Amino acid sequence: MSKFNKNKEKSTPQVSTASLPDIVFMLLFFFMVSTVMREVDLKVKMEQPEATEIKKLENKNLVNYIYIGSPTETKKYGTSPRIQLNDAFANVKDVQPYIETKRSEVNEAEIPLLTTSLKVDGDTEMGIVTDVKQELREAQALKISYSTREKVVKK
Amino acid sequence: MAGKNAPPEINASSMADIAFLLLVFFLVTTTMDTDLGLSRLLPPPLPDEIEEPPDIKQRNVFEVLVNSNDQLLVEGDIMQIAELTEATKEFVKNPANDVNLPEKELRTVDFFGNVEVSKQVISLQNDNGTSYNMYIQVQNELARAYNELRNELSMEKFGKTYDFYLETGDKDKVKAIRKIYPQRISEAEPKNVGGSR
Repeated sequence: MSKFNKNKEKSTPQVSTASLPDIVFMLLFFFMVSTVMREVDLKVKMEQPEATEIKKLENKNLVNYIYIGSPTETKKYGTSPRIQLNDAFANVKDVQPYIETKRSEVNEAEIPLLTTSLKVDGDTEMGIVTDVKQELREAQALKISYSTREKVVKK
Repeated sequence: MAGKNAPPEINASSMADIAFLLLVFFLVTTTMDTDLGLSRLLPPPLPDEIEEPPDIKQRNVFEVLVNSNDQLLVEGDIMQIAELTEATKEFVKNPANDVNLPEKELRTVDFFGNVEVSKQVISLQNDNGTSYNMYIQVQNELARAYNELRNELSMEKFGKTYDFYLETGDKDKVKAIRKIYPQRISEAEPKNVGGSR
């Protein structure tokens, strides 16, 4: 040891890592508070259109999501747009039962507050979206929100 | 050093590793995106025996058609999407009381007293082949027209924008402004116009 010490006159003191856990915990709590759990694994392409006149959806517990777009695995599922409910592909006819099950999961008093968020890929044709909207009307789920990204407006 | 009987200290050097592990777990499983969107209310389903639809005069209807090539036809004229907001505002406001633009009727509104409210309705119809991008753009432009009109009115009357009252939750003023410029966007029952695919 003394052999090595000869070269250095003063060894620099080591940086204390005692506060490292505190810093990491701080980061951890920040992420725990500011983020939400991912709802589903997306199986469809999702490039949402941009809009300016948008509103934030409050109360995530009362929002049902319907995803529409062309499948990401085109070799397996083709390219025509599909509907995704929860974690699986679905048909237009499955929309009403989906809304009904979602309704049974919430308080009766909160049923009128339920919102359906349509997350639709921008390249999708309106035909399938209109079909889903008609189903939602039949299911009396009239509050909807077209999910979009925020457009940055140049001034 | 402390006395002989002091308990041995727990080694805390792995604490950072554990915390990092948790941190990475939360980074991977959560998302930060807030859900933003255009809120709309769908009309209730049609009853079996269809009643006669209410008679709406042609001059009160602002017809917006979008075909499968994402082209816009507004009141019989081809239009670019950038012009839609201005055209809608002009139609809803009808500043010169044009006979081809919507009628107005006198109504009593809080804060404003008796005002002329136009009987406008916007009729939006799209084709099955219209792209969702275009549809959202049209919806957005129409919503923007209403928001701009409401903001202008609010600035004139109260000196603050309509958005300000929305955010602060001044319900009476919001209601009054909405009564003067009600957002009436009617979507026609889906039709397959402009060639099927």
